[in-house]
Amino acid sequence: MSDATLEQSRRALGEAERQRERSERRRGFILALPSFAYMVIFFAIPLVIVLVYSFATRTSTGSTALSDWNLDAYRKLGEPIVRNVVVRSVILALITTLVCLVVAYPFAWFCATRSALTRNLLLVAVMIPFWTNFLVRNYAWRILLSAGGPISSFTEAIGLGETNILFTKTAVVIGLVYAYLPFMILPLYASIDRLDRRLVEASSDLYASGPQTFRRVVLPLTMPGVIAGSILVFVPSMGAYVTPELLGGGKETLLGSYIVTQFLTARNWPVGASLSFVLMAVMLVSTIIYFRSGGKNL
Amino acid sequence: MSAGRRGLGGGLLRFNGAVVLAFLYAPIILLVVFSFSASRLPGQWGGFTTEWYQTLFDDSRIQRTIWVSLRVALVSTVISTVLGTMSALALERFRFRGRRVFDALLYLPIIIPDVTMAVMMLMFFTQAFDLLEVVFGLGLSKGFATIIVSHVAFNIAFVSVVVRARVAGMDATLEQAAADLYASRWQTFRYVTLPLIAPGVLGGALLAITLSLDDVVVTQFVAGPGSTTLPVYVFSLIRKGVTPTINAVSVIMLVASLILVAGSVALQRASAARGRQRLQTTGGIQ
Amino acid sequence: MTSRRTTRIASILIAGSFAIAACGGDDAADAPAAEEPAAEEPAAEEPASTGPADCAAEQLDGDLYLYNWSEYIDPELKTMFEDKYGVAVIEDNYDSNEAMQPIVAAGNSGYDVIVPSDYMVSILISEGTIQKLNKAAIPNFANLDAQFNPPSYDPNAEYVAAYQWGTTGLGVNLSVVGDDVDAGWGLVFDPAIASKYSGQITLLNDPRETLGAALKYLGYSLNTTDLAQLEEAKALVADAVANLAAFDSDQYDELLTLGQTVIAHGYSGNIVVSIDGYEGDDEYTYIVPNQGGTIWTDNMAIPFDAPHPCTAHTFINFILDAENGAQLSEWNYYGSPNAASVEFMDPEFLADETVYPADRSKLEFITDTGDFETNFSDSFSEAKG
Repeated sequence: MSDATLEQSRRALGEAERQRERSERRRGFILALPSFAYMVIFFAIPLVIVLVYSFATRTSTGSTALSDWNLDAYRKLGEPIVRNVVVRSVILALITTLVCLVVAYPFAWFCATRSALTRNLLLVAVMIPFWTNFLVRNYAWRILLSAGGPISSFTEAIGLGETNILFTKTAVVIGLVYAYLPFMILPLYASIDRLDRRLVEASSDLYASGPQTFRRVVLPLTMPGVIAGSILVFVPSMGAYVTPELLGGGKETLLGSYIVTQFLTARNWPVGASLSFVLMAVMLVSTIIYFRSGGKNL
Repeated sequence: MSAGRRGLGGGLLRFNGAVVLAFLYAPIILLVVFSFSASRLPGQWGGFTTEWYQTLFDDSRIQRTIWVSLRVALVSTVISTVLGTMSALALERFRFRGRRVFDALLYLPIIIPDVTMAVMMLMFFTQAFDLLEVVFGLGLSKGFATIIVSHVAFNIAFVSVVVRARVAGMDATLEQAAADLYASRWQTFRYVTLPLIAPGVLGGALLAITLSLDDVVVTQFVAGPGSTTLPVYVFSLIRKGVTPTINAVSVIMLVASLILVAGSVALQRASAARGRQRLQTTGGIQ
Repeated sequence: MTSRRTTRIASILIAGSFAIAACGGDDAADAPAAEEPAAEEPAAEEPASTGPADCAAEQLDGDLYLYNWSEYIDPELKTMFEDKYGVAVIEDNYDSNEAMQPIVAAGNSGYDVIVPSDYMVSILISEGTIQKLNKAAIPNFANLDAQFNPPSYDPNAEYVAAYQWGTTGLGVNLSVVGDDVDAGWGLVFDPAIASKYSGQITLLNDPRETLGAALKYLGYSLNTTDLAQLEEAKALVADAVANLAAFDSDQYDELLTLGQTVIAHGYSGNIVVSIDGYEGDDEYTYIVPNQGGTIWTDNMAIPFDAPHPCTAHTFINFILDAENGAQLSEWNYYGSPNAASVEFMDPEFLADETVYPADRSKLEFITDTGDFETNFSDSFSEAKG
């Protein structure tokens, strides 16, 4: 075979490859197009309206004047009250995420190691409580945690005395863990389920201790689930509003309630909008960095 | 790992499992029990009664809101599951122009605060309707459709996340094998891809239903007169206290969703069995 | 790895520029719509441009879409209206003036009658959100007590008809606090008294109401626009947090009668109805603190774009009927603004000081303080910590 024909066929192959790539790109684009278009029309464009509002001015009657553009709403975010609110919310969200992780990991492991039937039943059992009304669940917790409620009666019966957890920070954490636990369990289960159990056996065959195996083998392999779950719990915990009000008694201002207050009490839409934007930008960037550091796509 | 330690570990796992389930079901048991309590006050047992269920069956307003909720949940779940699954496949399997923008755009509904989305959808519909009226003379108003549009807008993102988690862990060689065996694209999707990603799709759909049935704030702002959903109605009732009727509603929703789950699982099994059968009769691709 | 990260960052930038592009690209289409609220503003300054609807008394033009506070109308009254006029009453509910206002103000809300509170009425009027009433279609308007005709927030009695009125005060568990209680805001704001009921007090989760109560305790007006006075009130609320069970605007009455709290800051009718529903009802009472507190009214109004303005007028007239007004107040346990209703009401109800406090001289309406409003909400957030 001469060099010329070799070059020719190589070129033909390259052409075919490029063509296939182009057609692949087109197929991907067509597949994405309906939802892409939907998200642009019904999410991105509305979002632009809010963005525009964040540069507007609150009128003295609390409506928003779409003129006199300025950055006042963003300047307000530098005030100490906002900083305190953000710090407090981050701490609460971190605690919630950590508790969820510690509780959900063994549970997800437990689910993943059952028979097919049992694990399906367990997963459905995790979701079912969440098909009742969200507010009603919070009110049920209010009864459970109150002085004289079931938990209090129980601790009294076993001689620990009456407990009143309602309207404390503990109650808020319990409520948030309850609200977001499934968001942690589902992705963890998915990644543990994919884990090749032979690797665990190999590790212990090589005389690694249980904790060593977990730290060196299991945890790295299930990291995508840990990351996805942490984000799905952390993000909504940051913006949680109803649970802290109902179970914590609203005695601390958190980010979620602060944003709601800006929109629905102070009627200061520019500040509500600017705060939402900064929050979303920070979340988006940190989520992406977090994913990258985990080295995996969700 | 010694047998003793495995036994201990297994025991701890079992114990943790029991605690988690008890934690998840404690409030549910409480509200089921108190839906039969004769006392109006929450948390006080006043003797057994089915009065609240009777009230519920007589209350046409609650019934209307339940129907609106169910219809909204069903329609928005179907639309967002289809669109979310398509976007998940596109993002995981293909490289195309605008992919990264789309990727970022799909994160936003997960991180946007509820109230911000509510306000933004209200402003959007108001201005869009004004525009349509000026340009085309269409007189549109908020209602059933605007609720569905808004729910789909946040649900696509959640469905997409769940389905992508499944697609990412899937072996692409199976699809290539199917294509090599001259299966059409549709056949490949229908008989290879879909059965493989079905658990993810189902999970996404369940999440979408849950989110749709729970949403208060966005719905409150985009609902038109008379198209209130159950959660919005419950929210407005809270001022006068959570009556046992609301507990009764929750119990009925619980039972209804159990039936739904049982139905969908049965359906999934049946279709999976049918799929396998067809593969066998047509010579199979597997 | 580095290159992948940079592409990620680039993608965010692209997302950003995309958003800007979407903004720019859509300018042509979006601009008229976006301008609309701004364009409305000059009109808002001259609310007279929205003239009253051309309706006659008892005229109907469709079903009635009512946007109301929850459980605020006797269901029997709705049925009576439906039976009398042969139209349906479709009711939706809201839980705060501030949640209702943007929905109605955006236009196209579809509601015929809304029930805003006093300070919100002045906002709705100045922004052109509600239309003038056609008094010819509401002959019963004359039934309104002089105090509400005209009310301070609608000086020419053009836009609204009062629906109910009440006060904000304290629900007290007498079996714990004692009968000889000092009936003032000191119960929650005087550390010496409040600390005795630590963890058993609720305050409303509302900046104007709770800071207003503190301002009243300090002897100031609850509509103050003096920052120093507001600072004092803020410090008072911040100190009170230590003794609180919760800031609660929804369940305070229930928490009180369940025995979980001893003192509850709240609205008169809610507390009184809850106490009445409880067996040992003489254990509890509602007091209007002696330093004075909030008096409020809710009012019927018709949105500027109500689809059925004539039915709306007919409905307002129906509620202002002497007998219907009496029924409404006795069901709600709130004061009736209807002077003609008095003869149809139970004398015992009229003599009830929890509904009709004898001394109303120290009570104040909450008025919109304009730009100062953000100071109230910020101070409240800061007081909570």
